Amino acid sequence: MIADPVREGLARGWRVVDGARLDRDRDLECDVAVIGSGAGGAITAESLAAAGLLVAIVEEGPLASSSEFHMREGEAYGRLYQDGGTRKTADGAISILQGRCVGGSTTVNWTSSFRAPAQTLAYWRGVLGLATMDEGELAPWYERIETRLSIAPWALAPNENNDALRRGCEALGLRWGVIARNVRGCWNLGYCGMGCPTNAKQSMLVTAVPAALERGAILVHRARVERLRIAGERVSACEASGIEASGAAPGPYRIRVRARHYVLAAGAIGSPAILLRSRAPDPYRVTGRRTFLHPTVASIATMPAPVRAWSGAPQSVYCDHFLPSDVAGPAGFKIESAPVHPVLAAITLPGFGEEHAHAMAQLPARQALIALIRDGFHPESPGGRVVLREDGSAALEYPMTPYLWEAARRAWLAMARVQLAAGAREVLAVHEEARGAASWEAARREIEGLPLRPLAARVMSAHVMGGCAMGADPRVCVVDEAGRSHHLANLSVHDASIFPTSLGANPQLTIYALAARMSAGLARALHAPLR
Amino acid sequence: MTTRRRFLQIGLAGAAALLAVDALERAFTVAGRGLGGTLAADDLRVARALAPVVLAGALPSGAPEREAALGRIVAGFARVVARLGPAERRQLTRLLGLLRWPPARLLLAGLWRPLEEAQERDIAVFLQRWRASPFDLLRAAYAALTQLLQAACYDDPESWARIGYPGPPVLDGGPVR
Repeated sequence: MIADPVREGLARGWRVVDGARLDRDRDLECDVAVIGSGAGGAITAESLAAAGLLVAIVEEGPLASSSEFHMREGEAYGRLYQDGGTRKTADGAISILQGRCVGGSTTVNWTSSFRAPAQTLAYWRGVLGLATMDEGELAPWYERIETRLSIAPWALAPNENNDALRRGCEALGLRWGVIARNVRGCWNLGYCGMGCPTNAKQSMLVTAVPAALERGAILVHRARVERLRIAGERVSACEASGIEASGAAPGPYRIRVRARHYVLAAGAIGSPAILLRSRAPDPYRVTGRRTFLHPTVASIATMPAPVRAWSGAPQSVYCDHFLPSDVAGPAGFKIESAPVHPVLAAITLPGFGEEHAHAMAQLPARQALIALIRDGFHPESPGGRVVLREDGSAALEYPMTPYLWEAARRAWLAMARVQLAAGAREVLAVHEEARGAASWEAARREIEGLPLRPLAARVMSAHVMGGCAMGADPRVCVVDEAGRSHHLANLSVHDASIFPTSLGANPQLTIYALAARMSAGLARALHAPLR
Repeated sequence: MTTRRRFLQIGLAGAAALLAVDALERAFTVAGRGLGGTLAADDLRVARALAPVVLAGALPSGAPEREAALGRIVAGFARVVARLGPAERRQLTRLLGLLRWPPARLLLAGLWRPLEEAQERDIAVFLQRWRASPFDLLRAAYAALTQLLQAACYDDPESWARIGYPGPPVLDGGPVR
């Protein structure tokens, strides 16, 4: 029997309100309201609760825990992901995998943990003037989180899906490395994306959220924040609707949270959307602008021997060879592998009917690589924009510019080369018009001929960043480097929406570290007694 | 064989129809179906008619098993749609509604008769046309319908033996050392 720390905590009397089970409107009072329980919100809640402040966390998704994580895709995507796993950009052209549950995306991510690349921080300091984004200054915060979440390079052999990436890189002389993961006592199952069934993943669900609740924080889940009430230069309340048990539609009852300070950590689509719905002061109309995605393209290989890419740690090897230190040139990309589970494979492989059925029949031999394109460092990569639909829900407009498409083509070529060097019998760029290729010459011809257009190439994202950029200049930034709003005295933003560009690496560890640093500053500012 | 010219006509007309219906539906949303965008039984019949084409080669060959699988897949399709955000659900119900309305169906899919009565071959032809359409709207419609049905199909454990997926492991091990 695997212990479920969330159920144990509930039995011990954690203060938890389920927005789907309200029988009346509720009012809560606290020192700090934290909106969102993912990487930014949970670390913030834990830090502030440890500083003696009464914290209320408001989360749109459900409080689900290991007893309910059955390693079934449909169930997990439906319950734990935004829009049941089908979130897309406004034009439908980019699929966005993003968590919507207590713990946010950390509950469902693949555990890859990287510090911010040196060249990204250098650009933030040198070009954007973010003086505190210094590796030396950030190092203690990274170390604290790495210790807290048992983050270390994966010590076991990679699974075959990842080992193929390593072999391909070795054969071609490309720079590669072992991925650090936030796991403790990992069973090496391969189902991180459906919620860790053994609680080995040190997600926010089993670390910072429980720590905050142990210190008296209140968790309101299945409650969607509709708006912040604003009076002059201050936020006066946070208004949320309970969600119906089905998980999608708002229910009849409201929850109003009044606090001294408010921290937005609803993710890089959610946080700008809340500010826009709240009509927060935005004299330069920058809220929701410059949203970045690490637009991701994929290449699927057929290997001569079984890969069983559903089994084993999903990501343990990476290749940064194509991420040049010059961030301002042609877009670089990071190569990683991606787990191959039936539903994820089915919606990724192109075609329908016999063509698709045939492609699916080779599932055990499939090896999948993805390339995450570094966006936001070039004038031709200005990112996307979060806007509100008529019903107040958020939509992300993100155009794939020619600059990004050029990188997509280079990425398909690079991935095909790596897979063929690792022994692939056939490689397939994930594109509706691509055909499999059995040699480098054939692959190159095929990929160079692919039309670069949305909804033909399959583009994905698991990393939404930007939209509330940090920086000193209110004409282009929503918050300062401490995460404090330029316009509202008692509002902060503590999530990936403060990134002024994409990060160029999987972002969870950097969100944790920045949230920890900003929260320490915030606790001091709120004159909290430090314990 | 559809000529390039005919293909462009259908594509243009189809896109125009989508835009027209979009405008009409916006005008009548408050009075009409409301904001929910719930799937009607008729919508599910559209999904049921598309499924054997989208999933050709992936369904059991015996008639009763095939019927049962299609029933589970259509139910799975409805479950996924219920999880969509309100705006996405509205878009999808609008698309399914268009495929039930003969004038729109003729323009978009080249079919006057209901999909339930169409030849599978004719359904495959219009899906292929959408897939390669120069219009983003039709490629988006193709992607939405095929992916929802494929997701529903391969979430069904009965589909796993054919593709060599053993299913999730039984948790009787422990941490690896």
